[in-house]
Amino acid sequence: MSAASRAEAPAFVAKTKAGRITDFVDARVGGSGILREFGRKVFPDHWSFMFGEVALYSFVILLLSGTFLTFFFDPSMAETHYDGSYLPLKNVEMSVAYSSSLDISFDIRGGLFMRQVHHWAALLFVASIGVHMLRVFFTGAFRKPREMNWVVGSVLLILAMAAGFTGYSLPDDLLSGNGLRIIDGVIKSIPVVGTYISFFLFGGEFPGAAVIGRLYMLHILLVPALILLMIVLHLFMVVVHKHTQYPGPGRNDGNVVGYPLGPVYAAKAGGFFFIVFGVIALMAAFFTINPIWNYGPYDPSPVSAGTQPDWYIGFVDGALRLMPGVIGDFHFEYVVFGYTLTLNVLLPALVPAGILFTVMFMYPWIESWITKDTREHHVLDRPRNAPTRTAIGVAGFVWYCVMWAAAGSDLIATHFHVSLNDVTYWLRALFFIGPVIAFVVAKRVALALQRKDREIALHGRETGRIVRLPHGEFIEVHAPLDEYKRYKLVGFESPAPLPAVPNDHGIVTRKEKQRAFLSKWFFEDRVAPASPAELEAAHGHHAHPAVEAGEESKSLSH
Amino acid sequence: MKALSQKRRHPLAVIALLLMGLLVTGGLYAVATTVNEAKASTTSFSANDSAEGEKLFEANCATCHGMGASGTQDGPSLVGVGAAAVDFQVGTGRMPMQLNGPQAYKKPAQFNDAQTHQLSAYVASLGAGPAIPEEHLLDEQGDAAKGGELFRVNCAMCHNAAAAGGALTRGKFAPALADVSGKHIYEAMVTGPQNMPVFNDANVTPEGKRDIVTFLKQIEANGSPGGADLGALGPVSEGLFVWIAGLGVIIAFTIWLTSRTS
Repeated sequence: MSAASRAEAPAFVAKTKAGRITDFVDARVGGSGILREFGRKVFPDHWSFMFGEVALYSFVILLLSGTFLTFFFDPSMAETHYDGSYLPLKNVEMSVAYSSSLDISFDIRGGLFMRQVHHWAALLFVASIGVHMLRVFFTGAFRKPREMNWVVGSVLLILAMAAGFTGYSLPDDLLSGNGLRIIDGVIKSIPVVGTYISFFLFGGEFPGAAVIGRLYMLHILLVPALILLMIVLHLFMVVVHKHTQYPGPGRNDGNVVGYPLGPVYAAKAGGFFFIVFGVIALMAAFFTINPIWNYGPYDPSPVSAGTQPDWYIGFVDGALRLMPGVIGDFHFEYVVFGYTLTLNVLLPALVPAGILFTVMFMYPWIESWITKDTREHHVLDRPRNAPTRTAIGVAGFVWYCVMWAAAGSDLIATHFHVSLNDVTYWLRALFFIGPVIAFVVAKRVALALQRKDREIALHGRETGRIVRLPHGEFIEVHAPLDEYKRYKLVGFESPAPLPAVPNDHGIVTRKEKQRAFLSKWFFEDRVAPASPAELEAAHGHHAHPAVEAGEESKSLSH
Repeated sequence: MKALSQKRRHPLAVIALLLMGLLVTGGLYAVATTVNEAKASTTSFSANDSAEGEKLFEANCATCHGMGASGTQDGPSLVGVGAAAVDFQVGTGRMPMQLNGPQAYKKPAQFNDAQTHQLSAYVASLGAGPAIPEEHLLDEQGDAAKGGELFRVNCAMCHNAAAAGGALTRGKFAPALADVSGKHIYEAMVTGPQNMPVFNDANVTPEGKRDIVTFLKQIEANGSPGGADLGALGPVSEGLFVWIAGLGVIIAFTIWLTSRTS
């Protein structure tokens, strides 16, 4: 600050007490500057831009409800005999962790509600992250300059799954114990070091007496701290990059069209927090989640039918269920140098998830390598206008869903009265052919929608009004679109495949050939947007219907 | 009907007739000499019950189970399955079977209580088998917590820890146990219907079975303390609910919140 402004500052005295306090704070931390910067931050308005907010609010609700639960939860695996008010478990031997979870459910005022708020919020947290990522993927929002934010978001997804899984195991009930046992089995299937890792994690042979306390520390300390850090990074980058926007008239890569944060967007976002809180609270009040009292205390001997993990771990469980033990005479289990190699656990547990996450993390770079697109993008793609990317996304989504469905294969069998074996056979087939079918269908649908857009841009909207021409022919009148709507249908890029080009030494490398091949695959099927000349040609007829009646019938009727 | 008339000349039919003759002449004494469990139930069956039961059996069951319940290619022999098996299968409507399949489905019972009683009497008269459990074992006054432990160790792997049922291989399944009477649950344990194993009295004592019935009835009466139970199917129904209802409602709100613009 300059000397002049320092001299002038005392001259202003706010009239009200609130004003004086505000002035006091502002003079010391410069709040108005921050407010000016952030309050004018413009956010485009679209319903699909709010899933990230849902995730953020779910996380806030998780912190609040989770703090309440820590007051009463005791993560000890010491043995005790239940003495609470749930009669069907009276005097049953169990761990203190399970007993305190039951006390939270039955003997602490509001405890069951808070437990259910916490668990529903956790499911919604991961689900909203998933939908947010799908939105970002299908609209191409991960492109430059947002690749790093895509990676941070992917890390957040994994952290959210980790937070969910560590929390799911804490009550030490039969269901979560069965889940931990599966994890233990997966860890033990890792060659050579698996058994050691398992003993390290559980403090001895499964289940031991240490794992709940350890998971508790991860669940309430490490994982939430990492999530918070990643959220800060994520939002920081959103501010740095500014928000993306859907294509529209007046929107380009150099501007953002929308509302400023203050007051409109702040009010909407603030209100939306309470809507999310309200929805979760209603779910928690009226729908039970994880009724641990039904499952009983964990004991390694019983395994309940219908044991599933929470939905976000489901795809790994499903992959495990789909894996055959043997195919004909081919076994997946070997003894190598005295170590047992259990591929029928190791492969399904790690490979599909590994492929999914690797492709997810790498995708921004994979696509920009194929397309050679290194420009900044702030205007989104409509999914149909990037048919191959959309098809890749749908194929991946279908692959995930097949594994996801497999986690509920037993319930599909009982509820639709079909054979569990048949469900498994079908899902095994779909595991391989499902993504292929999905790719082809999604790409064709995207191209068909592009053709429809082109048709509407060129010839207008079908009005349903049938007109009889003087010579007896019937035509349907097409109404031209207004300019704003037409812009949406024609204002997109449709790149052609980029052939291989030699490098500085004049050599076409093998990698470049591969890139060119993929570029062809990526862009070969394309519907170019209607060009201004085509539009002019199509709309020109409307001006002279009498002159070119014959031509017109072609362009009007369809 | 041709098949039926042929079966009337089946060599085993003679045995069945002889056995019936013995029953009618020997009366209660012949029935009472059958060992252990069968002893308890058959005392309450009269010779008339057995005779009426045989008529019902021949008209409704013999097509598959054969004359004299000696079994055919289509149905197993019922000699020695006991009154409890008949009471369970007929009382829950599983028998007569609606259609051939991996497993008989529960359906509205085809016979009334008196007819079921008569059929039980007839089958019990063919050979010793588990009896219909006595009232004091079904009073639901056992130790629910003990029953819960027994249930989790012995039953939950097929019937689910919350007794919501579960899938078995090739279209077979363990049904949900809500709305099943204590008597039928007990009978299922002692007779092992369909694909269920038998839990005999050495395996789970009669008191243990009483505890299990008590447990099941108690959790059924307790309902769901946390609100609608979504089918008590665990994380799958919870996941479906959060995706469809939870996220659905929130997306509806996001559309509402952004609907004023553009």
